[in-house]
Amino acid sequence: MALAFLVVAPAVLGLVALAFRNVRIGLAILLGAAAAHLLTVASLWTGAATSDPDALLRIDVTGLIFLSVTSLLFLAASLYTVPYLLQGTHDTQAAPRRFVPCLLWFLSAMTLVTATQNLALMWAAVEGTTLASAPLVYFYKRRGALEATWKYLLLCSVGIALALLGTFFLGIAASGNAGNGAGLTLSTMMHAAPSMSRPWLKAAFVLALVGYGTKMGLAPLHTWLPDTHSQAPSPVSALLSGALLNCAFLAILRFYQVCVASGDFAFAQTLLVLLGFVSMGVACAFLIGQGDYKRLFAYSSIENMGIMAIGVGLGGAASYGALLHAVNHSLCKAGLFFLAGNVLRAFGTTSTREVRGVLQRLPVTGVLLTALFLAIGGVPPFGPFWSEFLIFQAAINGSHPWLGLLFIALLAVAFLGMAGVLFPMLQGTPAGQETRSREPALSVLTPLAMACGALVLGIFIPPFLSEALARAASALGG
Amino acid sequence: MTGYADFLLLLVAALSLAIVATSRLASCVRASAMQGVALSLLPLALWGGALDRHLVPVVLMSLGALSVKAVVIPILLSRAIREANVRREVEPFISLHFSVLVAAALVGFSFWLATVLVLPRPAPSTLLVPVAFATLLVGFLVLVSRRQAVTQVVGYLMLENGVFIFGQTLVEEIPFAVELGILLDLLVGVFVMGIAIYHISREFDHIDTEQLSALKD
Repeated sequence: MALAFLVVAPAVLGLVALAFRNVRIGLAILLGAAAAHLLTVASLWTGAATSDPDALLRIDVTGLIFLSVTSLLFLAASLYTVPYLLQGTHDTQAAPRRFVPCLLWFLSAMTLVTATQNLALMWAAVEGTTLASAPLVYFYKRRGALEATWKYLLLCSVGIALALLGTFFLGIAASGNAGNGAGLTLSTMMHAAPSMSRPWLKAAFVLALVGYGTKMGLAPLHTWLPDTHSQAPSPVSALLSGALLNCAFLAILRFYQVCVASGDFAFAQTLLVLLGFVSMGVACAFLIGQGDYKRLFAYSSIENMGIMAIGVGLGGAASYGALLHAVNHSLCKAGLFFLAGNVLRAFGTTSTREVRGVLQRLPVTGVLLTALFLAIGGVPPFGPFWSEFLIFQAAINGSHPWLGLLFIALLAVAFLGMAGVLFPMLQGTPAGQETRSREPALSVLTPLAMACGALVLGIFIPPFLSEALARAASALGG
Repeated sequence: MTGYADFLLLLVAALSLAIVATSRLASCVRASAMQGVALSLLPLALWGGALDRHLVPVVLMSLGALSVKAVVIPILLSRAIREANVRREVEPFISLHFSVLVAAALVGFSFWLATVLVLPRPAPSTLLVPVAFATLLVGFLVLVSRRQAVTQVVGYLMLENGVFIFGQTLVEEIPFAVELGILLDLLVGVFVMGIAIYHISREFDHIDTEQLSALKD
C-alpha cells in the first residue's frame, strides 16, 4: 500500500497542481507532497520487506536506498524551489505553471523505477522520467534550452528503446525453460539465470548497459548530459544529477544482478570497468579549463558515474563502495547545483571566466561551494573520500593493481581540473558596483544540509545504512 | 496462420526500405503509419491459433498498436509537418541512393544475425527475428542519417517497431498492463517530441536539427 501511495500520490497531486495558476498554491502542494513522500519512505525502513516476489510493486533493499536518496533530494529541491520561483529573475517566457506538476510527475516516475521488481515496468518508468523531465529542461524557453531538450528527448528515448530490447532479450533468454509464466520479474529472472541461453543473456546485458548507460551518462553516450544539466533550471539540474542518474544506475544493477545469478558475469564486470574508465577519462578531458560552471558539474557527474560503474565492475568490497558513492555523490552534486543556481542568480552568467569573487559577493554560497567541491573531489573527512578509497583499495588488491593506479591518477586530474576552474571564481574581486548580493535563507540552507550530510557520512555511517548497503552489495556479488 | 504473419513481416520490412527511399516527409509519415497497421495485425496473425489462452493481451495489444502507431502518432506528425511548413528532407547526411543500399545491406545482415542468435524457444514465424533486427537497424540508419526532426522521429518509431516485433515472442511473460504502458510511453514521447518540433520550427524557422549545435565545449 505504501508503495502504491508513493507512486500514485505525486502523480495525482501533479494533476491537482496543474489546475492552479497561483505559484504559491503550487509550491504548497509541492512541499506537502515532498514531505509526505519522505515520511512514507522513512516508514518503509522500519517495515520488513514482505509480500509476494512477483508483485508489480515491491521494493528490495537496493531499491530502498535509491528511493530514500531520491526522496531526500526531492524535498531539498522543493525547498530550494520556493525562493527560486518566487524571487528568481526569470524572463517573461519562462513557464512556472508547468514547473510544479512536472516535478511531481518526475518524482512519481523515479519512485516507480525503484519500487518495482518487474523489469518491463521499470523500463516504462525510466522512460517516464525522461518524458516528465523534458518540459522541466525547457523551462526557460530559449534556443539553448530547446536544443538541450531535443537532444535529451531523442538520445535518451533511443537509448531507452535499446534498453527495452535488452529487457525483451532477457525474457527470450529465459524462455527456454519450461513452465516459466511468472513474467519479467527480477526474482524469476534470477531464478532462471543459471540455465539461461548465454548469447541472449550477454546481448541483453550489453543492450541494457548501452541503453540505460545513455541515461546514466556513461561515456561515450553522455553527450546529452552536459547540455541538459547546464540548460535546465538549477533545482532540476540537482534532481537530474543526484536522483535521475542513480535511477538509471539502478536499472543497470538489476541486469547485473541477473548476470551474477547466472554465475557467468566476468564479461559484465569487464564492460562496466571499461565504460567506467572511459567515462572518467572523457570527463577529465572536459573538466580541465571548462568555460561553464554548470557544465563543469555535469562533467563531474559523468566522472562519478564512471566511478560507480568501476566499483560495481570490480566487485567485492568495491560494490559496497560504489553504492556508498552513489549516496555521497547525490548529496554533494545536488548541493553543488543548488549553489550554481545561487551564483547564476547573482552574476547572471554561467561563464566561469566572467564570474569572479564569489566568496566576497556571496559569502555563504562561496564557503559552501568550497566545502562541497572538496567533498566531491574526495578530500577527507567528507563521505566521497571513503567510498572512493574503498574502490581504490579493491582495485589494488584485485587481479589488476595498475587499475587502482589509473583510478587514483584520474581522480587527481579531475580534482585539479575542477580546482583550476573553481578557485579563480571563488577568489578575486567581483566586477561591477555591487559587492554583496542577497542570499535567501532556503537557497543556502539546502546546500548546507547536503554538505552536512556528506560530512556525516565521512565521519560516521549510521548502522542502519551500512547494514542496508552491505546487504545491497551482497546482492551484487560483493 | 504463419502465412499471414510472414506476409505481414515482409510488408514491414518492405515499408522500412520505402521509408529510407523517400524524401517527401508526408510520404515517410504515411509509410510509417502503414507499418503501424501491419504491426497491429501481427499479434493476431501470430497468436490467432492460441487466442483462447491469450485473448485479452493479444487483442488489446493489437488495438493499442493500431490506435497509437497507425492513427494518433501519424496525425501528430502530419500536424508537425504542416505547422513547420516543410516538405522534403534536405541534404541528408548520407545520400538517398546510398542509404537505400546501406539499408538493403542491413536487411541482409539481419538475416545472418538471426542465424547466429537462435531463439531458445522456437519463434512462431521464422521471419520474426530477422525482420525485427532489420526494422531496428534501418530505423537506426534513418535516425542518424537524416536531419529533419520529423524524419528522426520516424526513425525512432521504426526502432520501437523493431522492439515491438521482438516483444511478440514474449506474450506470455509480459503482463498486458505493462505492454499498454509501453505504448503509452511511446505516444507521450512522440507527443512531447511533436511539441518540441513545433517550438523548434517557431524559434529557428525550420526543423533542421543540424542547426541545433550551439551547445558544445
